[in-house]
Amino acid sequence: MAPRKQKGFRLGYDFRTQFELKVMLWPAVLLIFLFDFTPLFGLLIAFKNYEPIMGVQGIFTSGWNDFQHFIRVFQNFQFWPMVRNTLGINLLGALVAIPITIVFALLLNEIKHPKFKSLVQTVTYLPHFLSWVIFGGLFITLLNSTGIVNFLLLEFHLIDKPIQFLADPKYFWGVAIGTGLLKDIGWGAILYLAAMAGVDQSLYEAAAIDGAGRFKRMINITIPGIMPTLMVLIIFAVSGMLNNNFTQIYVLQNSLNLPTSQVIDTFVYQTGLLQFQFASATAIGLLKTVFALMLLIGANALSKKITKTGLF
Amino acid sequence: MVGGKSLGERVFNLSTFSIMIILMIVTLYPFWFSLIGSLNSGADLARGPIFLWPREFTWGSWNAVLSDAGMLKALWITASRTLIVTSVSILYTAMFAYAFSRSYLKGKKFYIVIGFASMYFSGGIIPSFMLMNWLGLYDHYLVYILPSLFGGFWNVIIFNANYKAIPDALFESAKMDGASEFRIFLQIVVPLSKPVLAALAVFTAVNIWNDYGTTLYFTQSNHLQTLQYMILRLIQSNRAVENMMSLQGSNLAVASLLNNTKGQGAVTAQTIELAAMVIASLPMIIMYPFAQRFFVKGVLVGSVKG
Repeated sequence: MAPRKQKGFRLGYDFRTQFELKVMLWPAVLLIFLFDFTPLFGLLIAFKNYEPIMGVQGIFTSGWNDFQHFIRVFQNFQFWPMVRNTLGINLLGALVAIPITIVFALLLNEIKHPKFKSLVQTVTYLPHFLSWVIFGGLFITLLNSTGIVNFLLLEFHLIDKPIQFLADPKYFWGVAIGTGLLKDIGWGAILYLAAMAGVDQSLYEAAAIDGAGRFKRMINITIPGIMPTLMVLIIFAVSGMLNNNFTQIYVLQNSLNLPTSQVIDTFVYQTGLLQFQFASATAIGLLKTVFALMLLIGANALSKKITKTGLF
Repeated sequence: MVGGKSLGERVFNLSTFSIMIILMIVTLYPFWFSLIGSLNSGADLARGPIFLWPREFTWGSWNAVLSDAGMLKALWITASRTLIVTSVSILYTAMFAYAFSRSYLKGKKFYIVIGFASMYFSGGIIPSFMLMNWLGLYDHYLVYILPSLFGGFWNVIIFNANYKAIPDALFESAKMDGASEFRIFLQIVVPLSKPVLAALAVFTAVNIWNDYGTTLYFTQSNHLQTLQYMILRLIQSNRAVENMMSLQGSNLAVASLLNNTKGQGAVTAQTIELAAMVIASLPMIIMYPFAQRFFVKGVLVGSVKG
């Protein structure tokens, strides 16, 4: 249909336009190559007898060591507790956070008073915008043996002596999961609320005419409406289950709760950057990345099979 | 509608309302608690906790924090990097996304591949540390700037989705008139993408302001500490004293800040910590409600990431 078939005449394909587009693309491309791709060469040291003193050329000149770092990782007595902490905090955290966030979003969606609804939203967004240093710091203060939580528990005679929330390893998972939930419950609800807003309103009216109560409408119309969003979030949760929120854990961690607070990411930081075991720390990090990628692909395939929705 | 409310409906509304109120109190109370603590005399606070209102009001701790040289240095580092990184990374990312979204871009596949590869593959912390060392960025102010200048491919996807809403006719007529790509970007795309630009700028600024990982991983000098990092060390050193734990490596800047308190008088380590936390969170608390209207519209996809 186009009268001009020659390539040179089509709008935008001329040399000048292409050049201008490249100028716009290349600052970012260079940054990606330098800061995202160059470090990938560093992964080689996971398979080598590398020592920090060897410098950058040592990455290529040091000798291969037949997967010794990987073998030693599994023999390390700290390895399995650390995997257990990572999975425990993440999986229990997701099991607690996803349903509670959905219930919160459902209730928020039922509030017919727009001003009150937006007030609740503004207030619950707040913690999302604060750093883990501040938010974690606040809770460390509140959960302290002289903090308000222990004060109230003592006052109501629920306990006889203060609970050491952060000094006793027993409580660390709970503290991590609880603070994580409180920090992101409001923000997490945004996605569900948007999905709920997209549900066809005539469905509710039809159901109301058929005599379905509020609760029934919620279960039979709203929940199916947010299913695709929920699936995407579950895929993210599954693929991210080896990935702890380092910024959170590191703030809440201390030498007393280490048995339950040491996770893969903090261990990599500690052995790698504080004890300079570059090669073995890189090996653990690489193992984690590979497993996380496999989990992502697996979760996505499973979700596609069951619910016909996936990320890619 | 009003008259038709059943008893069940009323109970439901009332309990929803109460749950929301409780949640708001639980969210806000920690801030109130630290605010009143930071404005109370430290010696008085040591006698017993306060929960509702300052008992012995004083600006002492705020003054101590805001006049401490180390704190002010950290504030300067944090504020300057937030400003620089936010403005440049939004420009680079929006520009990349614009060029990327053009149907007539040659070699698009290459950019798609490197974009997705940058999202899914990462060398991790040790290789990054080695790179920073090799580039001479370790323990240098630029480590706060250079690695963050591109906002990531995820933000490109968000920009891209928003650019699709701009009518093609606008681009075509501008091109017919011989406008350069830069002009189209600056005069058509940017003005029409203000909500998404604002939202992503806020997210970037919040991330940079709140970041302490860069300081932890890639610096060692006291004069390069960020605000969050300094507060983290403050919290850790106070807890170490309380629980009689050992603290790995004491921090000179924190020590000098705490030195003038000696645990008694109006200003103590505890009130300093609270004041620093309140002061460091104020910019975010003041800013985010204004940016809130952009969030849902601008970047719904974006929040999936976090």
